[in-house]
Amino acid sequence: MALVLTEEQQMLRESARGLLASRAGVSHLRALRDAADSLGFEPAVWDDIVAMGWPGIAIAEDCGGLGYGHVGLGVVLEEAGRHLSPTPLQSAVLIGASALDRLATTAQRQALLPAVVAGERRLALALQEGAHHAPENTASPARREGRGWRLSGSKRLVLGAPGATDFLVIARSDGQPGDRSGLSAFLVPADAPGLQVEPRSLVDSGPAGALRYADLQLGDEALLGSPGGAWQGLETALDIANIGLAAELLGLSTEAFERTVAYLRERKQFGRPIGSFQGLQHRAAELYAELELARSLVLKALQAIDAGDPQLSLLASSCKAKLCEVAQRATNEAIQMHGGIGMTDEFDIGFFIKRARLVQHCFGDYNYHLDRYARLSGF
Amino acid sequence: MHNRAFLSVSKTYCMFKSGVTRTEKQEKKVADLDAFRAEVREWLEANCPASMREPVRGFEDIYMGGRKPEVRHPDQPLWCQRMAQRGWTVPHWPAEYGGAGLDRDRVKVLRQEMDRINARSPLESFGISMLGPALLEFGSEAQKREHLPPIARGEIRWCQGYSEPNAGSDLASLQTRAEDCGDHYRINGQKIWTSYADKADWIFCLVRTDSSGSKHEGISFILFDMASEGVSTRPIRLISGASPFCETFFDNVRAWKKDLVGEPGKGWSIAKYLLTHEREMISAFGTAPRQSLGDAALAHFGRDAQGRLASPVLRTEIARYQLDSLAFSATMERVGDEVKAGQGLGAASSIFKYYGTELNKRRHELNLAVDGESALGWSGEIYDGGVVCRDWLRSKGNSIEGGTSEIQLNIIAKRVLGLPD
Repeated sequence: MALVLTEEQQMLRESARGLLASRAGVSHLRALRDAADSLGFEPAVWDDIVAMGWPGIAIAEDCGGLGYGHVGLGVVLEEAGRHLSPTPLQSAVLIGASALDRLATTAQRQALLPAVVAGERRLALALQEGAHHAPENTASPARREGRGWRLSGSKRLVLGAPGATDFLVIARSDGQPGDRSGLSAFLVPADAPGLQVEPRSLVDSGPAGALRYADLQLGDEALLGSPGGAWQGLETALDIANIGLAAELLGLSTEAFERTVAYLRERKQFGRPIGSFQGLQHRAAELYAELELARSLVLKALQAIDAGDPQLSLLASSCKAKLCEVAQRATNEAIQMHGGIGMTDEFDIGFFIKRARLVQHCFGDYNYHLDRYARLSGF
Repeated sequence: MHNRAFLSVSKTYCMFKSGVTRTEKQEKKVADLDAFRAEVREWLEANCPASMREPVRGFEDIYMGGRKPEVRHPDQPLWCQRMAQRGWTVPHWPAEYGGAGLDRDRVKVLRQEMDRINARSPLESFGISMLGPALLEFGSEAQKREHLPPIARGEIRWCQGYSEPNAGSDLASLQTRAEDCGDHYRINGQKIWTSYADKADWIFCLVRTDSSGSKHEGISFILFDMASEGVSTRPIRLISGASPFCETFFDNVRAWKKDLVGEPGKGWSIAKYLLTHEREMISAFGTAPRQSLGDAALAHFGRDAQGRLASPVLRTEIARYQLDSLAFSATMERVGDEVKAGQGLGAASSIFKYYGTELNKRRHELNLAVDGESALGWSGEIYDGGVVCRDWLRSKGNSIEGGTSEIQLNIIAKRVLGLPD
């Protein structure tokens, strides 16, 4: 497959840029933050996104989606990164819908996904328990009880928790923390008795939360897929999530870089533009080269999802690790090269570094994925 | 809902529009390529000597042709001659200049079929990689007909006369003079870092035909025979012990006017065009090596209880290198595909030159870290002639030759990012 965007994918990029820039840009994010909005997004914007068909881009046609593929979703996420768009695209579409798609049986997918595509249900993945991403260490138990299940435990860093209609909870039905087998996935309605959703205030001011649940009673139909057999689907869903988040980081880093280069051209000190100094020119040029390399890896990994590439995990980890590295460098340089004004809340560049660190952390940071990349490479 | 309709309708539209005719065309193209592949496969089986189906052992094992070729194996000139008869030493050049006029897809098939039987490249030279593309772009019909076929046949070996003692990164300040003497120029001056000048038959050379204007004006691109009276060369011994470069001296050398490429005084644009080819050639060193550094390190250090390479800091460095190497290869692939699709990245050759050579230096440093004392051997059979060590030292030149890393960063900053002077 040629490593380029098709004409149609470029058109999709233009239409995504048009909507997100005008309806969900950085000023919109600032307004939501200043209003301490608990939902974290504007319902009217979500309606527009649903009308564009984006929740169904990567969902198969037999489940109500467009079957257009993950390269298309990646193009939209890159634009969401560029504009820091506060929407449920990441939490409900990239992460929630992908996880359901990979964890559920065919019958469950066909029954549940059409409502996700239609924007009526927004799923949030509840996985992380400790301070770091370690899915095989999931400990919170799910116990068989009659024909149903009883779940107890707590989850943190549940993206999109305040606006979710349902949670996709990963629990341990068998084995010990550290085992890959024995994990099960459950679909839990947000209003289930015994489920507490606590909003959490994180650095990017986006909507995240924690879950607490004790003796949460679920029917057997809440189980997605087979009991104890969630690992394979979960791992693929996490690979997809990480590649999609890498696409967001690519857009975010590129925008932060372009804003910085524009500032280097206009800001004058010592009677000349600071962009004329070679010390800054070379740092900017190195970063540009890094961004071009990052772009290639993201596209390659997105194509690998759609092609069912057996090397998907290796590409997902290489892509997330590289984008974590480049996003960190791009946002750090953005602050430094803007100087004092970059430290002010009034100036927008700070929003980029805040969102970058949250996305870098989610589902494994640079250290996690570089280690996983080495392991998958055989050393 | 119309936007959602846009996405799905346009998808159907594209499939419909391109429908039947595109498919038939594509099928014919595939059939043609398959037929070509079968022909290539059969010909290679019959004509590639068994000795040429083994990998080259080091740089000296590559056949570069010329009037007095360095022949390591008697099959090298034979293999070159057979391939040249098909035009396959330069398959993408037009047939009238010694090539086979193959399109990209056919060139790719030829390379794949050669790789399939591990066939060596029959001929590599600066004539093929550098002068050829410049002549095809800027040369007169007579110049192309005179100079390209001998390059394709491996009969004439070329060298490049660019750098001078006082014109390195600031190449345009070169001082080698060419005086107009009617039907010829008289050339005086000195070049340095001339690769294989002592082994080359002809030189493509930057000379100053006019010193009245700015430094970029008055430079001309001229070709002459290295056997001419007044040419002398002196190899330069490098830190690696090898002497691939020379100092080259011109003392009243005669060069014919018919061998001046393009217009007098307009050679700088040819020089820049050629430099992009040189950069791409050098940056190819940055693609991943065949043997994995991880495997090599495991042989020395083994694994820890969790199965990881038992040298954690080295493990991290190797992973970082391999990750960047993967991203670099993907970028070469993407830019190649973008060029095919009529898109393309500005200043791609500068990004590749900068990143590829820095990567290559990192790889050689990691070779030292992985192999330890074995990598420090300079000579003797036990150290395989010091090849790891000498290649490591040689790699330091990659980010200097063909425009330093710093010059590439200047080009990116100014031409791509539009940062001011």
